Amino acid sequence: MDLISEEKLDRMTSMEKVRLILDEVRNGKILILEKGLTPSEQTKLIELTMAEIAPDDFSGIEIESYPVKQNENFLTKLFGKTTMKTRLTVIGPASQLKTIKKNKDLISALVSP
Amino acid sequence: MGIMKRLGLNFSWLKKIFKKKKAKIGIYGPPNAGKTTLANRIVRDWTGDAMGSVSHIPHETRRARRREDVTITSNGSSVTLDIIDTPGIATKIDFHDFMTLGLPEEESKRRAKEATEGVMESVKWLEDLDGVILVMDATEDPYTQVNVVIIGNFEARKLPILIAANKIDLPNSSPARIHSAFPQHPLVPISALDGKNIDLLYKEIAEHFG
Repeated sequence: MDLISEEKLDRMTSMEKVRLILDEVRNGKILILEKGLTPSEQTKLIELTMAEIAPDDFSGIEIESYPVKQNENFLTKLFGKTTMKTRLTVIGPASQLKTIKKNKDLISALVSP
Repeated sequence: MGIMKRLGLNFSWLKKIFKKKKAKIGIYGPPNAGKTTLANRIVRDWTGDAMGSVSHIPHETRRARRREDVTITSNGSSVTLDIIDTPGIATKIDFHDFMTLGLPEEESKRRAKEATEGVMESVKWLEDLDGVILVMDATEDPYTQVNVVIIGNFEARKLPILIAANKIDLPNSSPARIHSAFPQHPLVPISALDGKNIDLLYKEIAEHFG
């Protein structure tokens, strides 16, 4: 299991993040991202995951995170721009990481070897 | 305008330029939430046709289908939409799951391959839409990653989301659970299968996307 820091993620482009995640997950690793992915990065990850699914080799990924939060302070409201706050995210191979329960404040998952 | 008419000037090209673009609304959700059942009901109610086949086996819809010019009228409001029924979005597809539902191995593998292509197509469509009807299975946990991703995408682009909490004909359904998970978006509890509350959904569609 690897824990990837927010600083490292901030230095990477979206494509670099998605590629790193897929490569590591395909090698059987479970990743914990201190700062999660934006919605568009998540859809890119889903898209590339689908392209790599192969029978008896790779069946996809399991992602767990909470919905992104909108940062809305006085200045962002004034200028009509909101930013998104992504949140801690766990990603692993679908064959090894399985969600048991997920609710507003708790995600339970089962990790198998 | 009267003066222009009297002068014999035809400004129809100007109208075309400034005419409001017809909204493209995607029906999204995880596999087996009832997206095609709902799409069939909407299209049948307002045009008399159907959109696609349905099945209890997930990923029955593996190609996005668009039905143009569906005019929905409710409570004096009217809206004309292009309805896009999309394949269910998933993060994993294992052909063994189809085998456990009774499909032969070869067919399961083919279905899995087509399903991965369908998910990619759904993701591509996200960029081309003006709004979404997010169909959630009201008997299931609403906090799935698929729901989180779809809602996050549309919120980031400030596009309208209408949640259809489907399968309220089943005894263990709980639209309230979905509402508490995503209280920021309008929700209509429906049964796409038996049509319960479908008029309420049409009212929301006409108001929300009009």
